[in-house]
Parts: sequence; structure tokens; C-alpha cells
Amino acid sequence: MEFAKEVDASGLNCPLPILRCKKGLSELEAAKVLKIIATDPGSVKDFNAFCAQTGHTLLQLDQDGKTFTFYIKKRAN
Amino acid sequence: MAKKLALIASKGTLDWAYPPFILASTAAALDYEVSIFFTFYGLTLLKKDLNNLKVSPLGNPAMPMPVPMPNFVQMLPGMESIATMMMKQKITDKGVASIEDLRTACLESGVKFIACQMTVDLFDFKPSDFIEGIEFGGAASFFEFAGESDVNLFI
Repeated sequence: MEFAKEVDASGLNCPLPILRCKKGLSELEAAKVLKIIATDPGSVKDFNAFCAQTGHTLLQLDQDGKTFTFYIKKRAN
Repeated sequence: MAKKLALIASKGTLDWAYPPFILASTAAALDYEVSIFFTFYGLTLLKKDLNNLKVSPLGNPAMPMPVPMPNFVQMLPGMESIATMMMKQKITDKGVASIEDLRTACLESGVKFIACQMTVDLFDFKPSDFIEGIEFGGAASFFEFAGESDVNLFI
């Protein structure tokens, strides 16, 4: 999947992956895609909750062992 | 319109420093407007130097210990420092943010910090003990934002 920016939050625990995600998205233009990597098992539920509350769209979630890769499309302004 | 979160932070130990800063920084990431009212021991969390935050196993039977430890051992001199050191090591090992980092994240995302003026006077704290960018106020200033908040928590 194409993405405009990548953020690696591997090894970080709650709430850091969400904070890094928010920061990454704030540096993107509307409708661009952020790729974010996390290893926190709680991040799957948290990223879904984050997107549901903020209006950004979780396009895709890949899991490779204990690593999760999220593709999040920034909401239109 | 943005949702609003109002927190009261009343505790000043290393473990209890986490909930207000985690909730506030996360709420800010979720586009909440956030204010925290720091009162009594919670004021410690606004000090410039956060290295004095400690955790005590004494009187905390739920704290996981490497070996079972009766109260009379936990009260020995140095036990608090050892427990604090072990907790800080765990925090680093597990990729948990430091209190300083979470506090900075709060400030950078516009979380408002209000220090309880009464407690500042009570404990003879000086304004210069605290970080920049905070306000001082009383219970009425808490209700000024708590009254129109969607979520209110006492920690």
C-alpha cells in the first residue's frame, strides 16, 4: 500500500503508539496515508478506537508475529 | 465542538503519576480539550525536578514483588529507594514512557495545568519550584472548566 509517511513505534507501550500516530498524522496533508508500526498488543484495539473517535480511517492492518502495521488515512479537514 | 476532559490529580507517587498524564495526553490526541487541576500531593507532578517521585511497597499489598516481603522488611531504611529503582528499571525495559515525557507530550498538545493555590501556600511551595506555563487557582477555577466537561475524573 502507498503511504506518505512512516512512523515506527516498535517497543513502545501505551499511550506512546497513539501519541506518535497523532504526531505523524499532524504532519500529513488531508487524505494522505500514514504507515505506523507497533508491537504493543493493546495497539490493535487502541488504533481502532482512535480512528473511530477522530474520523481518520484505518485502511489496513497487517500482523507479522508480534508486529502490527497500520495504514491510516488522514481525515479531510 | 471538541469534547472536554477535566482531571483532578491528587497523588504524588511515581505509580500514581501515570494515570493523569496518560489519560490527558491520550485525550488530547483524540482532540479533547483537557485541563488538569493539581492539588495536595499531586502538585509534586508540576515540579521542575521529577526525579524525586518514588513508589513505596509499604501499605501496598498488591504491588508485585520478586519475593514475598512482610511489612516489617518493607519498612527498613532504603527499601523505598530499592522499590523505586526496580520500578524505573521495569518502566524502561517495557517501553513505558517516563513521566517527564508524558508531561511534555501534554504540554505540547495544549493540555492546561492548574496548580491549587491553597496547597501551594499550605506546603510553602514557591512558584519557582514549578515548570513554566502553568496557572494557579482554586476550586472555583476547577469548576469553571469541569462544569462544561464531558468527562470528569478524580485521581
